[in-house]
Amino acid sequence: MIRVEGRAKVTGAARYAADAAARGHAHGALVPATIARGRVVSIDDDAALALPGVLAVLHHGNAPRLAEVAGRLGPDASTRVLQSDRVPHTGWPVALVVAETAEQARAAADALVVTYAREQHDVAFTADHPGHYTPERVFPYEPAVTVVGDVDAELAAAPVVVDETYTTPAEHHAPMEPHAATAHWRDGRLDVVDSNQGAFVIAGDLAGLFALDPAAVRVRAEHVGGGFGGKAVTGAHVLLAVLATLRLGRPVRVVLDRAQVFALTGYRPATVQRLRLGADPDGRLRAVDHDSATATSTLHEYVEGTGAGTRVLYAADALRISHRVTRLDVPTPRMMRAPGKAPGSFALESAMDELAHRCGVDPVALRLRNEPAAGPVTGWPFSSRNLAACFTEGTRRFGWDGRDPRPGVRRDGRWLVGTGTAAAVFPALSVPATAAATAEADGTVTIRVGATDLGTGARTALTLLAAEALGLPVDRVRVLIGDSDFGRAPLAGGSWGTSSWGAAVVKAATRLRETLAEPIPAGGITVVGDTAADLGAPAERHRLAFGAQFAEAAVDVATGEVRVRRLLGVFAVGRVVNPTAARGQLVGGMTMGLSQALHEEALWDRTLGTQVNADLAGYHIATNADVPVIEADWVDDPDPEMPGGIKGLGEIGIVGTAAAIANAVWHATGVRHRHLPIRPDRVLLAKPNELV
Amino acid sequence: MKEFGYHRASTVDDAVALLDREPGARVLGGGTNLVDLMKSGVEEPSLLVDVRELPLDLIEPTGNGGLRIGATVANSDLAAHPEVRRRWPALAQALLAGASGQVRNMATVGGNLLQRTRCAYFANPAMPCNKRVPGSGCAARGGEHRNHAVLGWSEHCVATHPSDMAVALTAFDAVVTVATPAGETDIPLSDFYLPVGRTPHRETVLPAAALITAVTLPGLPVAARSRYRKVRERASFAFAIGSVAAAVEIADGQVRDARLAFGAVASRPWRARSAERALIGSPAVPETFAAAADAELSAAKTLPDNGYKVALIRELTVATLSELTRETSR
Repeated sequence: MIRVEGRAKVTGAARYAADAAARGHAHGALVPATIARGRVVSIDDDAALALPGVLAVLHHGNAPRLAEVAGRLGPDASTRVLQSDRVPHTGWPVALVVAETAEQARAAADALVVTYAREQHDVAFTADHPGHYTPERVFPYEPAVTVVGDVDAELAAAPVVVDETYTTPAEHHAPMEPHAATAHWRDGRLDVVDSNQGAFVIAGDLAGLFALDPAAVRVRAEHVGGGFGGKAVTGAHVLLAVLATLRLGRPVRVVLDRAQVFALTGYRPATVQRLRLGADPDGRLRAVDHDSATATSTLHEYVEGTGAGTRVLYAADALRISHRVTRLDVPTPRMMRAPGKAPGSFALESAMDELAHRCGVDPVALRLRNEPAAGPVTGWPFSSRNLAACFTEGTRRFGWDGRDPRPGVRRDGRWLVGTGTAAAVFPALSVPATAAATAEADGTVTIRVGATDLGTGARTALTLLAAEALGLPVDRVRVLIGDSDFGRAPLAGGSWGTSSWGAAVVKAATRLRETLAEPIPAGGITVVGDTAADLGAPAERHRLAFGAQFAEAAVDVATGEVRVRRLLGVFAVGRVVNPTAARGQLVGGMTMGLSQALHEEALWDRTLGTQVNADLAGYHIATNADVPVIEADWVDDPDPEMPGGIKGLGEIGIVGTAAAIANAVWHATGVRHRHLPIRPDRVLLAKPNELV
Repeated sequence: MKEFGYHRASTVDDAVALLDREPGARVLGGGTNLVDLMKSGVEEPSLLVDVRELPLDLIEPTGNGGLRIGATVANSDLAAHPEVRRRWPALAQALLAGASGQVRNMATVGGNLLQRTRCAYFANPAMPCNKRVPGSGCAARGGEHRNHAVLGWSEHCVATHPSDMAVALTAFDAVVTVATPAGETDIPLSDFYLPVGRTPHRETVLPAAALITAVTLPGLPVAARSRYRKVRERASFAFAIGSVAAAVEIADGQVRDARLAFGAVASRPWRARSAERALIGSPAVPETFAAAADAELSAAKTLPDNGYKVALIRELTVATLSELTRETSR
């Protein structure tokens, strides 16, 4: 089914946060810090206030105070904008200038004179940074260190050992729609139109930070132009808009510019990962040691959980998964599409490819040889595990069988050509949600659920699920989403949206169907579905989605150019509600993985303490010309333990893609690339003697 | 963005007179670079003189087998011109390798020559940059300089010129025609850009109040067998990290004539005259091509992160000349 709001989007009728209608709203322009660490000594706003249209300059000296609250994801000082003179990183908002027009606000922001006391900054992440420590946990809630068996003994005894270090750079969500919010405080209520991933969750954050009754806060996010995790936290844009409307008593709109989106809305932090695999000559794993170093800000401890996939993917006699983190004077990293799993899979699945070559075992066969019967760390059973079926179908479709394993021997004109594969895994989660179903007098049904459609097709999937539960054609079902007044709902993240919101929608719709025989009064009949009691305590078992990724890459070693010629992903993702949108999500994830493999990389100037490619000309995302034919499909994967059998598929498409491409580049050239992105200069300068 | 005046010029004389009267004025062509720089505060013109309605949008043959290209011809129109595609194919290829379809539809030939470097430090007014603020220092040399110059740079600036089109025009001995308050003057493109030296903020020899009115390609038979190869960090919509415009004429296995220019290696499109001298009269074999590239690149000075460019340009030169040689012998 094509998306229900598709026509509204392509005709421009769909309203995003920055174009939401508001009567008489003022515009706020953010003033970003130009130093990486230090204090604001003074703010001279005389010139700014004298400019036409300027209404107010908010800064730490005069802004309303925020309540001290525990962060949703642990202590989080990134929400404390305009609360102190401290500058934690370049781009941090030191003031908000509010004016009648956006242009006036921007001009006045430029005229503001901010004096800083600069302190020595440190933005340089390395694996041996002296600030590294072992955190208590990594994102989302996994232990930082896990040890099973005697890894060192198994490594020492293993006949074959792969011991390599892989790095991934900081990568940005870079959604098409910049973050924007319009906030209006009136009659004791706060009304916010925002670009976010979960209106109900953001409303809860705002109620806490502004010490308001949650019932007095309404947040709406009807259409959102991409999030990828970067709109899951309550961001500076919405906090500033609320601070300003509290001060001025009229609606205030804050729209981030692209540089501010880069600086203030999170990113995937860089990682350095050392993988040690010990194996028998036939490739059976005896030891897996996955050690990761990453960085976070001074404001919030976000730790990229790179070892998440390693915990569940392969059986081994001994496993050790460890994470270290250091705090730098940089913006706060955040969850980004397949957090931990995406960069972690690049390291693990590259190392598995290296092991396959050392052992002379086909890379697919190596993975199947190490399939675990139960969770390698926990011993828990899998609710379903169809990774092998993904590889079987993938090898057939890709034409993998009969592949010549030798690297560097296939030439097509100036191109060397190779193929690679990688496994993918992602948790299948479902969390409590509420939904309301209303039978209208005209015979239609209206569903209200606090879901968010980031462009994923969530609204359409929920429409299909509701229609099915109601036994109605889809054109008689209207699904309203993106409103915190619709009740408790999780944000769009964790690939849990369709299963979580869907379960509540199905529950409400099923109950309503039981009442539909009665005559419907003019006001309609509304029933509510709440799944809080249904999910219960999680049983001790692994609920996971799986996938097998395949790539063909062509490399011109004379110029360093790499072109991906085709990608195939075969996934086990439970029940697929809407094949059209599902394919879009999986192909989109794989495209993002291609971009991660070849292009994306935040570049920082260590001396100046700032990012130097905070724009879409310098931060390269794959263009259409980079993206070849991508095929995504799925195998039967029934899982009665997931609500509706739905596992979710918004993130798994990016997992493993970069490794499959890097493995294909190795197969093409005989040179192993362990550092992303695989740029032309790296290919050009790669030493053929890395050939093993 | 600072407030600015706007004037749509009706004649070349009108435009030049305005530019002469108002030193803070800038010429607006397609605006694909200037407007971005105005938004970021790098450019703060007091007046924009819009030249898009001037009668400078024609491509006309010259008497001696050349082509006169009006300054406001769109990049896409020039790339699609049948004579350009037939007789200067590397120019069409260079144009099509630049930017995106939408940008090429707006960008003008004159504006393309005058576009500014994409050095990140130049583009951000919060950072030091000798090109933007003379004397403020060069942050790129000790910072992010992977795509910076390896030829002709100085300690004051290591930025590169971003144009693809200008690389091909430089190889083909193009001449820039300029209107000034003192009258019209012709400037060979190879003399158009100034060396970096101590004054990276002075980029061209254009006198004050000058308006580019045309670019002329002289008749050049060797250009009919030419090619532009560009390497970038993604397949489209990215500036070159190295490019080569090459033309060769081969007879009896010997290089009879050659034109060679490099892009993304210097503050200007780099005409490789030492390489051309090494090519002409030598056997048309890869060893000659490599030696010619080396002759030009022996002057290269690299920074810690841009040394790959020397290897890239050498390989691109050999590959491009080898392809052209194969076509010739076909």
